[in-house]
Amino acid sequence: MSTLNELTLAGALKGLASKDFSARELTQAHLDAIADADQLNAYLLTTTETALAMADASDARRAMGDVGALEGIPLGIKDLFCTNGTRTTAGSKILGDFTPHYESTVSANLWRDGAVMLGKLNMDEFAMGSSNENSAFGPVVNPWRANGETQQLVPGGSSGGSASAVAAQLCLGATATDTGGSIRQPASFTGTVGVKPTYGRCSRWGIVAFASSLDQAGPITRTVEDAAILLRSMSGHDPKDSTSLKADVPDFAAACTRSLKGMRIGVPKEYRVDGMPGEIEKLWADGMDWLRAEGCEIVDVSLPHTKYALPAYYIIAPAEASSNLARYDGMRYGVRVDGADLTETYEKTRGQGFGEEVRRRIMIGTYVLSAGFYDAYYIRAQKVRARIAEDFKKAFETCDALLTPTAPSAAFKIGARYNDPVQMYLNDIFTVTANLAGLPGISIPATLDNAGLPLGLQVIGKALDEETCFAVGGALERAAGFNAKPNKWW
Amino acid sequence: MSVDAKTVSKIARLARLEVAEERLAPLADELNGILHWIEELNEVDVEGVAPMASVEDVPTPTREDKVTDGNIRDDVLASAPRTEEGFFVMPKAVE
Repeated sequence: MSTLNELTLAGALKGLASKDFSARELTQAHLDAIADADQLNAYLLTTTETALAMADASDARRAMGDVGALEGIPLGIKDLFCTNGTRTTAGSKILGDFTPHYESTVSANLWRDGAVMLGKLNMDEFAMGSSNENSAFGPVVNPWRANGETQQLVPGGSSGGSASAVAAQLCLGATATDTGGSIRQPASFTGTVGVKPTYGRCSRWGIVAFASSLDQAGPITRTVEDAAILLRSMSGHDPKDSTSLKADVPDFAAACTRSLKGMRIGVPKEYRVDGMPGEIEKLWADGMDWLRAEGCEIVDVSLPHTKYALPAYYIIAPAEASSNLARYDGMRYGVRVDGADLTETYEKTRGQGFGEEVRRRIMIGTYVLSAGFYDAYYIRAQKVRARIAEDFKKAFETCDALLTPTAPSAAFKIGARYNDPVQMYLNDIFTVTANLAGLPGISIPATLDNAGLPLGLQVIGKALDEETCFAVGGALERAAGFNAKPNKWW
Repeated sequence: MSVDAKTVSKIARLARLEVAEERLAPLADELNGILHWIEELNEVDVEGVAPMASVEDVPTPTREDKVTDGNIRDDVLASAPRTEEGFFVMPKAVE
């Protein structure tokens, strides 16, 4: 029974349904795998007792014929989702041992559908980062290593714990969040599937806020079908989030095998950036060939404001973050560091509680919102954002979805880019546009590079058209035949 | 535009972040690196473009004006670093 954690989520649902194993056995197999993977630092907390109790309850429900869409499926939860009675840190020290008395809507939806919580997953502090080196609890390690090397690689970020845990088979799927690429880039770095749905598809209620107009939850899994199953449970309108969309949630899994005949796939010329590795160029061309073979027409499109997306993002996201993170004042929750008076208490609490990158972004955000600079920076960035959204609208007049690489490189070494913020920010060059425009995007593992590291392709769809992303993603997955797994060294 | 150590000190005060004196100048350099990069946005023609605060083209929803939550004082206080008799305890705010 030690290999139950190697199943896909869909395969585990079948095995549970045919009583090949119980939810408790499936959960125990994962707890064993987690206990054996401390070196990856993917889990910040393993909720062993809760997991086994939830698994037993699931087995009891199944025996009564009460079977939910995720009945008995063990999942990892990014530590940005508040979980009732279970410590939630957002990867920061400032929250101390914060233990919410409420449950995020997305995780509540998973438990409603019968899923089992294995624990809370490591992440960049407040979801700010592209390498998971910004966690206050130490970096997550990518289970993948370059051929013949023992050097540790980053799993990407900010959902690095989610991606690493899924790739290393420490859960059947994980929740994650994506503000500028934090689901798709780590998926690309770890050979997993990551979906950022349309803005508003998943409720943000109970998810620690970073940049509210950009944040969106989504799944990381090992197959496209698994992502479709998990996203369906995560999605849905929630009156507690005023930006949550009142839209029906389709059967995403049914879309994964849909025919692509006659579909037009756009290839944005501005995504051919200087210095992109030849292997990524080739993968992109292969992706086009695979889709042509499925009956798609590949069309050239232009997204002229692409190069301004990251600079605009690095005004808008820090501005929203500086406002959202004002709540960490050491009075109502988290850790307080006493000073001589109230102001000094605030300053010491925040100066010592936040990590370096979070402080940097709060400073940028405060600056661009301050008197005299608001129009020049913040309002201008919001206007550029409108231009970027307009670019997509025009492109979608001539195509049904876009095909791009997910990230401009494979996973890099821990420490390699840590001291150059702008270089680090460039990781999100292909993913951030979908956040600014609110569009759904999926990353599919498609090949290994010459060093033996995974590379992903991204499909971006129209708003609320995740189904096309799943259809194209499913076809790419079948054509790529990617079934490589990291060699276990941990 | 660029910031100097004095401006960094002012921003830090606005953000209520303690920054050690010797960190002000290096922090100014870091922020200038980012601000310089952000200045590319000045190349974009944004004449007549409305600023976009949300991607959603729907009005903010409203609900009936009635109490739907509350009476959870102990839950709310449970996470506080210091409480006393059902209240948050904080340093004196008004002299």
